[in-house]
Amino acid sequence: MSILLNKNTNILVQGITGSEGSFHAEQMIEYGSKVVCGVTPGKGGQTATENKLPVFNSIHDAKKEFQVDATVIFVPPRFAAQAIIEAIKESIELIVCISEGIPVRDMVTVKNMLDKSSSTLIGPNCPGLITAEESKIGITPGFICKKGSVGILSRSGTLTYEAIDQVVNVGLGITTAVGIGGDPVIGSSMIDILKHFKDDNDTKGIVMIGEIGGNMENDAARWVKENLNKPVVSFIAGQTAPKGKRMGHAGAIISEGSETAEAKIKILKECGISVANTVSEIGITMKSLIG
Amino acid sequence: MKIHEYQAKEILKKFNIPIQEGYAIDNNTDIDDTIKKVQTDFNSEAVIVKAQIHAGGRGKGGGVKYCPTFEDAQEAANTILGMNLITHQTGPEGKMVNKILITQALDIQKEYYFAITFDRSKNSDVFIVSTEGGVDIEEVAENNPEKIIKSWIDDSPNALENAVKEIIASLSLEKFENVEQMFKDLYTCYIESDCSLLEINPLVSTTDQEIIALDAKVDIDSNSLFRHPEIAAYHDKSEEDPLELQAAEYGLNYIKLDGNVGCMVNGAGLAMATMDIVKHCGGEPANFLDVGGAANVETIKNGFKIILSDKNVKSILINIFGGIVRCDRVANGVIQAVKELELDVVVVVRLQGTNAKLAKKILDESDIELISAETINEAATKAVEMIK
Repeated sequence: MSILLNKNTNILVQGITGSEGSFHAEQMIEYGSKVVCGVTPGKGGQTATENKLPVFNSIHDAKKEFQVDATVIFVPPRFAAQAIIEAIKESIELIVCISEGIPVRDMVTVKNMLDKSSSTLIGPNCPGLITAEESKIGITPGFICKKGSVGILSRSGTLTYEAIDQVVNVGLGITTAVGIGGDPVIGSSMIDILKHFKDDNDTKGIVMIGEIGGNMENDAARWVKENLNKPVVSFIAGQTAPKGKRMGHAGAIISEGSETAEAKIKILKECGISVANTVSEIGITMKSLIG
Repeated sequence: MKIHEYQAKEILKKFNIPIQEGYAIDNNTDIDDTIKKVQTDFNSEAVIVKAQIHAGGRGKGGGVKYCPTFEDAQEAANTILGMNLITHQTGPEGKMVNKILITQALDIQKEYYFAITFDRSKNSDVFIVSTEGGVDIEEVAENNPEKIIKSWIDDSPNALENAVKEIIASLSLEKFENVEQMFKDLYTCYIESDCSLLEINPLVSTTDQEIIALDAKVDIDSNSLFRHPEIAAYHDKSEEDPLELQAAEYGLNYIKLDGNVGCMVNGAGLAMATMDIVKHCGGEPANFLDVGGAANVETIKNGFKIILSDKNVKSILINIFGGIVRCDRVANGVIQAVKELELDVVVVVRLQGTNAKLAKKILDESDIELISAETINEAATKAVEMIK
């Protein structure tokens, strides 16, 4: 079992004729993902990638010929919100947006639409998700994953890879790893993903990686305390980050006390979550809990 | 992106918000004419001279002066333009004042605090107001939290209407004409200009029974600048750290800190985690640097150049998780960059991911002095200990 994604998920790539879109579509196929077709407005009728995937002008056209369960968006930031909205309107179940740099205002509109829809959005500004040895949507390096018992969720891309690598190296392996994105407004919160892991029988433990900015980790910690009886290991990046400075991610900025790493770590611990002292202790901490 | 008060007021004016009027200058030779022009155009004998820097607390730091006469204004303008202004937000080194704004003086009855920003936890915009205007709002939040009123604007049909009514009532502004429209215009300004913060402190009522924005602080969502070329043109490079600017030109994300262990990392989260572990190992990180997904020779070279422009740096810790980019390529890139730049600092390299073992072999066998490490912990420890 896994969450959100498995080997049978039919995937469409929005922006498939761009360099990022075509490169990662091929990487996904190589990993085993069932990529069925792509969309680039104005390029319908062409094919893309070495696999000669059909390209459509719109998701609407693509759906006439293919079953589409999920879409991944590799579209420049100024057009990305429109691409997400198109996918919501076409009732695509799982939407994954990799693009970084979408204006907050656009994402507020997206989020309001999303809340009234049945779609799940992962991202934007994220690496996507991967279900070990089955399928990946996005840019996570596949070779580092081995099937196992740990679910991973993270606001950061490379820290997702780091966590996967450590969990695999201590012999546990992963079910699904989800990079939820580093923007201030994202489709799925930590709690949204924790709910999926709670219901997944194969997931025995969860790694939750946060960072400075916002209060999502604090909300998630309280939710875990009330609702989850699986071990959770957390790590919060940015203990040395100065206040008021944006640390790379648009969402990684401290504007009030509860948004610091220190405050988050305190709340996580109070809620019974094991917090790794440093980034290199994520794997061994999980091993000590469910090894 | 931060902009100056005078620029923020230009934006407000486009949305019909009454502002304290004035003219900005950056040259001493324009001082006399500008004071006279402000006095005539806005019928105000007294004027205010205000330093234009991207930091708050200007008044307390001596960067804002009320000047009853032309001579006072002359003196204040000549003092403030070109001064090094130190406020609680500039840090002890202060900021050079390259521009001043000379404005009309108003007869103020009462000062209010007004702001609109985005509340991440509620996914909606929020009005923040207080009857305690003109002072540091963080102090009000600390000492009199009950005096700060928040009113959220969600996506329901009458949300703005209701929120505006709420703040008018809480500030007791009912008797002022057009005040409802003004708050709606402020919200339109906030939305249409893609502000991440629109703050007016103080918003004042005058003895003439008008409501006027005396100050303005506007932060713009940098990701939206493609649709606001006129706001993008407000970017004042002199307000930014020159190293951070240069890094941005290289496409790197760099923030200078005070330590001596330079960090070069791919990914913002891993970059923060690397700084943290340096501290954990007893060192002090010199910077945040995210070189992005493509860690090639060029980006690594540029990363070295930026880090080494900071003379405090004694060692450099490179921490790259090679996913799509293979580690052996990153290793060769590091070696080439070190050779070409003839570095003389300690460089510790930790590469993890695709072909990590091969990469370590390449580093260990190279003819340049590099320290390789397998785990982040080991790498950070070495980077800290080598310079003790």
